[in-house]
Amino acid sequence: MADNRIEPPPGMVEKRGSALWLTHLLMIAGVLVIFFPIWLAFVASTHTQQEIAQAPMPVLPGSHLIENYTRALFSGVNVPVATMLMNSMVMALGIALGKIAISLLSAFAIVYFRFPGRRFFFWMIFLTLMLPVEVRIVPTYQVVAGFGLLNSYSGLILPLIASATATFLFRQFFLTVPDELAEAARVDGARPMRFFLDILLPMSRTNIAALFVILFIYGWNQYLWPLLITTNPEMNTIVMGLKQMFPSGDDIADWPVIMATSILAMVPPVIVVISMQKLFIRGLVDSEK
Amino acid sequence: MEKRVTFKGWLLPMLLIAPQLIISAVFFFYPAGEAVWQSLFIPDPFGLSMQYVGLGNFEYLFSDPYYRASFLTTAVFSTLVTLVSMIPALFLAVLADRLVKGAGTYRTLLIWPYAVAPAVAGVLWLFMFNTRIGVVAFYLNQLGYDWNHVLNEHEAMGLVVVASAWGRISYNFLFYFAALQAVPKSVIEAAAIDGAHFWRRFFTIVLPLLSPTTFFLLVVNIVYAFFETFGVIHTITSGGPQQATTILVYKVYADGFVGQDLGSSAAQSVVLLVVVGILTVLQFKFVEKRVHY
Repeated sequence: MADNRIEPPPGMVEKRGSALWLTHLLMIAGVLVIFFPIWLAFVASTHTQQEIAQAPMPVLPGSHLIENYTRALFSGVNVPVATMLMNSMVMALGIALGKIAISLLSAFAIVYFRFPGRRFFFWMIFLTLMLPVEVRIVPTYQVVAGFGLLNSYSGLILPLIASATATFLFRQFFLTVPDELAEAARVDGARPMRFFLDILLPMSRTNIAALFVILFIYGWNQYLWPLLITTNPEMNTIVMGLKQMFPSGDDIADWPVIMATSILAMVPPVIVVISMQKLFIRGLVDSEK
Repeated sequence: MEKRVTFKGWLLPMLLIAPQLIISAVFFFYPAGEAVWQSLFIPDPFGLSMQYVGLGNFEYLFSDPYYRASFLTTAVFSTLVTLVSMIPALFLAVLADRLVKGAGTYRTLLIWPYAVAPAVAGVLWLFMFNTRIGVVAFYLNQLGYDWNHVLNEHEAMGLVVVASAWGRISYNFLFYFAALQAVPKSVIEAAAIDGAHFWRRFFTIVLPLLSPTTFFLLVVNIVYAFFETFGVIHTITSGGPQQATTILVYKVYADGFVGQDLGSSAAQSVVLLVVVGILTVLQFKFVEKRVHY
């Protein structure tokens, strides 16, 4: 990291003086440009419809913050945004925790056991990598409809829950766990599940947390799947419900409420990413391997 | 690599692996197989019977000018998204890497957009470029440029590209920043002593050292542009105007769900399966090379 780097003499590699300021200046400009859309959405969520519609809209926050957010949360357009937030939370947590749970179990089975078909099952899991929901939408929809899972949490969560990436990550990690631990557990007569719960699981804590950050965001940000299977507004997630708030035809969109909803839709994943930044970066780099 | 120490028994591991296998079978393999099967049939208009047509759906698909245009649109779209998200990210990462102090703060600020869902990003950009009230559209208008992405195909494409690339800048920045921090400082200093100034060092030493990361990001960003940008396109343009922003994934949705043309949609799914297959193989080839940093 940058902090413990030995500083070379000034002027050689690290710039000082004007060049340093230029670097900061460019960096700040970059951050501002990238941040601008979020800032503008926030500003819009604090003004009235008239103030926004009067081009150009203000670039500083107004005084209607509480009013707009209350209106969004408790009445919304089709359905209160609080309901959509709740649905998103259930979906994101369900996907993240579900993926972690089934991946931990299957990675444990693959690494710590020899059983018929092990290799075949491993490749089967690997192949799911090649089948993102986007390429099999119509048949997957038919399956979910066949089970009567439209407009249900199970329908939102289950088809997205199998993950080869998480399984590989845990497999990778289990392979680095010293053999002596399993050996000792076996000598002590511990059954496999004891070993899994008492030793392997606590050791995997950091990996689980890192993966949780990535998977929570993945689940929260889903769009296409909820769009297909939640026809009932009561079951909409916030990310897909946002688009449904736009009127069809020529009516004017309720921008303050829509922008307040956009901000609400990004708050949970942003909090997760910022507060668990170290774990997030680690999870990101690990899960792409 | 294999474990030397393993537990005995086969029933327990079967039970452990069962949840993942059952879900994969029911929601992954069965639907994928179903897509392949359906792609060989045409259902009658009332959905009562299916007529076997062999590769007819595919022949029809590839003779459909809209589908071929969608291929081209996808190619243009994903190339642009990849470039627009990687070049600024590399630039910002190079800047951040030059800072001894403050790089962490900038990184925290730059991570934000990654957490913003593509569909939400779509709404944010739509708001800025809205033809009636959008701030950017307003100032473009003041400058004498008549912005209208609802009618103009190129402007529509530009807008969905930027909205899709925006959040990816964070992602690419993180990878480039990590890679730059791992470039050995001794190499850079040696070149500096030899009198190579900053940009020369960058192009002759740093950029080649970053190539594993660049290849990796190229593949990952193309995969992203292909499959994860549906939300952006659906919120901003709905594939229009005149299908100018209808990428392949959007077309599967538009034909299968909106148009109810199941045979064609299934054939398109099969084509996409092949595309994902190729991209996954590419991804794995480059992963090996990437690990060195």
